[in-house]
Amino acid sequence: MRFRAKIVDLACLNHFSRVINTIAKLAKTCTLRLTVSKLYFILSDKVANGGVSMWCELCQGNFFDEFQIEGVAAEHNEIYLELVPENLSRALKTAQSAKAVKIKLSNKHCPCLRVAVELPSLSSSSRIVTHDIPVGVIPRRLWNDFREPSVTDFDVSIYLPVLKTMKSVVERMKNLSNSIVIEANLRGEMNLKIETDLVSITTHFKDLGNPPWASEDGGQSSTQGGDLEGMAEARIDIKKLQQLLAGQQVNPTKALCNIVNKKIVHFILLHEDVSLQYFIPALA
Amino acid sequence: LSRIGDELYLEPTESGLSLCTVNSSRSAFASFLFAPLFFQLYEPGGPGPEQELQRCKVHMKSFLGVFRSLPSLEKTVWRCLILLKPQAGRLVLQLHCKYGVTKTHNLTFQECERLQAVFDTQRCASSITGPAQVLAEAVVHFPQTLAEVTLEAGSGSRIGLRNYVEEGAEPSKTMVTELWLAKDEFQAVAVAPGSRITFCLKEFRGLLTFAEASNLPLTIHYDAPGSPVIFTLEDTVLEVHLVLATLSDPESNPQLPPTNGASHLTIQLDDFADDLESYMIAMETSAYEGGSGAPPSPTFPLRTPDPTKSDPEEEEEEEEGAVPGTPPHKKFRSLFFGSVLTPGVPSLAPTQEVLAEDSDGEY
Repeated sequence: MRFRAKIVDLACLNHFSRVINTIAKLAKTCTLRLTVSKLYFILSDKVANGGVSMWCELCQGNFFDEFQIEGVAAEHNEIYLELVPENLSRALKTAQSAKAVKIKLSNKHCPCLRVAVELPSLSSSSRIVTHDIPVGVIPRRLWNDFREPSVTDFDVSIYLPVLKTMKSVVERMKNLSNSIVIEANLRGEMNLKIETDLVSITTHFKDLGNPPWASEDGGQSSTQGGDLEGMAEARIDIKKLQQLLAGQQVNPTKALCNIVNKKIVHFILLHEDVSLQYFIPALA
Repeated sequence: LSRIGDELYLEPTESGLSLCTVNSSRSAFASFLFAPLFFQLYEPGGPGPEQELQRCKVHMKSFLGVFRSLPSLEKTVWRCLILLKPQAGRLVLQLHCKYGVTKTHNLTFQECERLQAVFDTQRCASSITGPAQVLAEAVVHFPQTLAEVTLEAGSGSRIGLRNYVEEGAEPSKTMVTELWLAKDEFQAVAVAPGSRITFCLKEFRGLLTFAEASNLPLTIHYDAPGSPVIFTLEDTVLEVHLVLATLSDPESNPQLPPTNGASHLTIQLDDFADDLESYMIAMETSAYEGGSGAPPSPTFPLRTPDPTKSDPEEEEEEEEGAVPGTPPHKKFRSLFFGSVLTPGVPSLAPTQEVLAEDSDGEY
């Protein structure tokens, strides 16, 4: 099992760092899945996470100049690693002016991702900083735990309001309540509601637009031809929502969410070369 | 200096004014010696034939408070006068500012013995001299919360820095950061090959900030693990020393008695030889307790502060900030300093483990 990759372009490096920073804000520990063409950061919905799950997908070609992988076996040319993304974020933090960054899977005393940052220096040879990030290798028999979650039969799909606005609204609401209700309909209207003993606050967003989803097998979506004004809602942990919004370092090209009434909210944030999906289940 | 200790010792000597401090666990000491030329006027002794030069110590925060905002100080202050008034028990800091404004600060001080860590850079086997900037750039790769860092002399006289992973920590969970600096990044490298020392990063960072700002080359002198590491900066009017204890090698024989001055810092106390002996014996026992537990504090009775001389400000002991300083419960050999025997021993913050309490002594 081998893996080595190299980033030489500073813009790619910064972009990659930002992705890692976002992931680090969302998960303390997560799974990194490496394939020939893609990297995935996965958080599966365990109770420890509060039931949230995350699926982030990057095309390696958009970031790395070199990318070589030899998976566990020929038919399964993939590697699954458990790591603390904050470590990776820290390693990349001081690589802003690097000439090159190499990442390699190594096994000196224990499996590690070795990040070697080559920095310019006044001397004849470059300065090299290495960070050995301990990782856990996830055996193949557990790979099924990390499949892409999908929510096909959602009730409403709607584009999110400007994330910055949404973030500041949610941040203020966070001080007042532990849970927040997101409700939306197919007319591009979304409400964020909190309710406590003393006060209830609702923020209304209009004209958000609803993404067109090609209906599968016709009639799968329960809202087809149905009630456009009807709101689908879910009451979720406000901290998780705030974490998601606060972690965004770059404005996504597309941001939307799918709501399954009283069950789960599925957020999809798309950038040019990164897609992030975040699932927050409804509170009991 | 404030990053190291809570009390500022001022000692005027013929060769200049020395400002120094020591940390609570006695494992870090720093001194800044300003030559007479640094000042417009320098009178170390009082008027009259009396030769004895008065020294004192004040609370670091009180002293710093006078110089609170550097940018505005630079704009408004013409001159600063520092005057010691022993009869009044006051250290006077007078800022002569623009527009005829004079700000006078009267700080209470305590008399103290000379604070001096005995160290000898000549006895250190290894030394490295280089621009502070190189080390500052190196240190930036380590997290702010990192307590200790290991410096190592590698092949080809490369100098390496690595974060120190505590013995108890799980290697499979700890991230290790390491970097190597080529010999030609420094002005001079004369190191024992394979030598390695571990010291606390917090105080070192403080010195680096000063060194970078002053643009002076920094020299690092070190010897075997357990011997202190000495950082020096020098120019025509200023001499700076930072002395830090280093982690002793757990493999070395803990029963070795400290025979020479190089393996630990000795006290320099002129007047209290008898107490010195028992004090040092107790220090040695606690430092060589070995094993993985924290060395037990010597059982000296805590002196209650003499109410007539105690500084009212002592009551407000503030806790150190979140960044870890040299922790008392590591296997650092303490730097044994002149025990500061004053009539009013300051009360220690109750949560700190005290390794070296000031010994009782006849005054």
